[in-house]
Amino acid sequence: MFRTTGITPRPRAVAGLAAAGLALSLSACGGAKVGDTAAGAQSGGGASGKCGTFNLAVNAWVGYEADAAVVAYVAKHKLGCKVVPKNLDEQVSWQGFGTGEVDAILENWGHDDLAKKYITEQKVAQDAGPTGNIGVIGWYVPPFLAKQHPDILDWHNLNKYANLFATSESGGKGQVLDGDPGFVTNDAALVKNLGLDYKVVYAGSEAALITSFRQAEQSKKPMIGYFYSPQWFLAEVPLVKVNLPKYTKNCDAVPAKVACDYPEYNLNKVVSTKFAQSGSPAYQLVKNFKWTNEDQNVVARSIAQDKLSDEAAAKKWVDANPDKVNAWLAD
Amino acid sequence: MTSIALVRTGIRPFRGAIVTALLLVWLVGFTVLHGQDTLALGAADTTPLHGRLNDLNDAVGANRNSNPLFLYFFNEIRLVVDQLTTFISSLVSQPAFGRPVPLIGWLGVVALVGFGSWALGNLKVGLLAAAGFTFMGLQGLWQQSMDTFALTLSAVLVALLVGIPLGIWAGVSDRVNRIVTPVLDFMQTMPTFVYLAPLTLVFLIGPASAVIATLIYAAPPVIRIAAHGIRQSPKETLEAAQSLGATRSQTLRQVMLPLAKRTIVIGVNQTIMAALSMVTIAALIDAPGLGRVVLRSLQSLDVGTAFNAGLSIVIMAIVFDRVTTAASVRVERARRTTSRIPARVRKVALLVGGAVTAVCLYLSYTFVWAAEFPTDFDVGSPISRAASAVTDWAQLHLSALTSDFKELVTNSLLNPFQSLLTDSPWWLLFAVLVGIAAVAGSVRTAVTTALCLALIVGTGLWFDAMTTLAATLVATVAVMALGLVLGVWMGRSVRVDRVIRPVLDAAQTMPSFVYLVPFVALFAASRFTGIAAAVVYAAPVAIKIIADGIAAVSPTTMEAATAAGSSSWQVITKVQLPMSLGTLALAMNQGLIYVLSMVVVGGLVGGGALGYDVVAGFRQNALFGKGLAAGLAIVLLGIMLDRITQSVASRAQATTDHVRH
Repeated sequence: MFRTTGITPRPRAVAGLAAAGLALSLSACGGAKVGDTAAGAQSGGGASGKCGTFNLAVNAWVGYEADAAVVAYVAKHKLGCKVVPKNLDEQVSWQGFGTGEVDAILENWGHDDLAKKYITEQKVAQDAGPTGNIGVIGWYVPPFLAKQHPDILDWHNLNKYANLFATSESGGKGQVLDGDPGFVTNDAALVKNLGLDYKVVYAGSEAALITSFRQAEQSKKPMIGYFYSPQWFLAEVPLVKVNLPKYTKNCDAVPAKVACDYPEYNLNKVVSTKFAQSGSPAYQLVKNFKWTNEDQNVVARSIAQDKLSDEAAAKKWVDANPDKVNAWLAD
Repeated sequence: MTSIALVRTGIRPFRGAIVTALLLVWLVGFTVLHGQDTLALGAADTTPLHGRLNDLNDAVGANRNSNPLFLYFFNEIRLVVDQLTTFISSLVSQPAFGRPVPLIGWLGVVALVGFGSWALGNLKVGLLAAAGFTFMGLQGLWQQSMDTFALTLSAVLVALLVGIPLGIWAGVSDRVNRIVTPVLDFMQTMPTFVYLAPLTLVFLIGPASAVIATLIYAAPPVIRIAAHGIRQSPKETLEAAQSLGATRSQTLRQVMLPLAKRTIVIGVNQTIMAALSMVTIAALIDAPGLGRVVLRSLQSLDVGTAFNAGLSIVIMAIVFDRVTTAASVRVERARRTTSRIPARVRKVALLVGGAVTAVCLYLSYTFVWAAEFPTDFDVGSPISRAASAVTDWAQLHLSALTSDFKELVTNSLLNPFQSLLTDSPWWLLFAVLVGIAAVAGSVRTAVTTALCLALIVGTGLWFDAMTTLAATLVATVAVMALGLVLGVWMGRSVRVDRVIRPVLDAAQTMPSFVYLVPFVALFAASRFTGIAAAVVYAAPVAIKIIADGIAAVSPTTMEAATAAGSSSWQVITKVQLPMSLGTLALAMNQGLIYVLSMVVVGGLVGGGALGYDVVAGFRQNALFGKGLAAGLAIVLLGIMLDRITQSVASRAQATTDHVRH
């Protein structure tokens, strides 16, 4: 059982305090005492506490944060779990399965090497099914450019426009800008194998990549780069995808020989084996958790653009979608 | 004046001629052999060495639960550090002991910090500390600031506990000093990104890992400076003590330590600053606090909120800096027993202050209003909005201008220079660099340089290392240019110094993650952006060192020069700069090292090369080995540049001494 300890009364204004201090005698000096009321319970809407602690990895992109916000909200308020969010990098999160400090990852993009290491070899983690989100990776251009040169969206024409994309970093060739080195990329092989007159330049972080696209659209400066959806930024600037040679099964089997577009990723959830066997209701929740790209975008927008807290953004969506949430809670 | 001319003609031409000859050989070799033997390696390619380092990492992960080293050593360390951190957090930042709030509320913390600063330093810094901490709360970041405060405090405590005794030992024993120095070099220049992931494997995810990551980077300054302080005790004093029959430990305790006390406090200051610079990076492994706010707002490019958190870090740093500086002055005064305020008056005042603090502590323990920071005054949002507005405006209106500037510098300076370094055959550049080290320094410097370069070839990342070296040197030139202009200006005028110094402090302590987004908007994702970020971080150090050096030139010399009818320009170029050659070399040395420590940040904004390799190694399991190799290459570059500039510095110092006599 959890004891509910909380502070309900609002802290008083300093000005009010000064006035009170002046006007009243010692007995009034106080105001509310720490922990003297138990109203306004913070945790548990009447739920029993058999859930225990739920260690949820939170990876550093807004889409993931949206997933985590909603799952954490439901786990806390409907199941009475003590949710411990762990703000971690992807690789460190997987490592956490081994050390027993992470129970679940909610949005996994491929990462075959990590899956092999922790699921197949060490057997400390297991797949917990798709999130329902479809991940799309590819080359994108800002909308103004797609409007100006509609044929740029066909990769056959990329060499024609290579000089548009030349920068101080690309040595006279066209620049393809890549982002975070943690994300799956075949771009260097693509450039080589498609015979493109381009050079891959590594921005090194998602923030640098998004800023570059934002700046490109704002100052109408041509740019082409690696991007992906679902991503909150696409709501602000709807980047347009360039058609690379169509993906066919196993066309990306040998990394150095890739000459086709990226596959669609069925983003999935991964949980630690220990968590899966614990019988925790939080595990059922994670396993059942499934929603659409549109759902995720709604919550991501609340977080990134309306600057709501994770909790508030999650509450808003959960209150608006009781059916979906109830489906997750069913056994 | 004539002696300067003598010095110049006496030493320079001979060495100058050799260096010129070496550069000529290089240029000719570059033209003829362009593009041969450059040892380039693709971004996703690895060498067998990188694979072996990967295997090592996997082995650690697989054996952590059975290896006795983990069971009885690392786990014990983790437990102790965890408990310390949890305890400090429960005092000021996290709910504890069955209470919904920490033991000490905001009022208590503000009072305690203010009172402590007053007691250790003076009343002025006491007020500054109280105001600074209150401001953090007014920004709406009380909880996060306290998390950062608790974590930093834990790391600094452990650093001092280990560092001061070690520093003293290194101070009295040459052998210990020789062993410790390269280890410290390693700790300070190895990028944290490299060992962040393995660290969580060893010490698990949690406060212990964050504290230890901070500790590794923050402990070296206090060790170095304490050792330096002990070594500085005047020979005459030591001899006098010995002739009076003092034993070794008596000499240490009663002579050397009191003399070195002030220097050690400066070491403490540097350790605190270093610990605060780790706040953002520690947040990557779940460290709570302001760093997390910065990282989270970076995800949605929310510069304003990141700035709020950054500003809190800057203020915390400035408070700590001023307090420790005031404390070192107090230590000095106490030793000389000179004080402006009579001791008894101060004692009574402190007693009253202590009583008031105790009352505040009680109130903040008991009452809600004093425990939780009131939210009625929101200073954070206006500041955040203003910061966003300024960056938006700059991005919209200045980006054309800044982009042209970037193109100019990149095409006319960076690209040719980088090509010279990366496209020359590696053996040619190897020979030229060793030659320059021999001429500028000594045979010993040349040997170190050769060793470092050979090991860089061994890491398999020669090409990337040379790309990074080019950017580092260009950034250092910019740092020195700024250092000369602003440093001389500040050194010549106390008023200018007073205005510029806080700006420098802010530039040095503001986490670079806060200004990455506007920088990318202004200069695109490029090597130039990495250089710009490095200059912002490194220039303040060089400027401060040069300013102090210029200010230290003896007033009599200056008066003599002015009386002889020299103009300001002549005084600067003929007297002040030549007389601070040693300082200039030191500024260059520190500038280089600080620039090098920003290589990884450069990798996050398009700098590529070693910085990118390190980030990629952190983010991708398969590239861990390559990232570690890149980290090693950065360390090697650092040691090489440090030794070369140090030998140049000691030569310059000798010249300066010669001039001064």
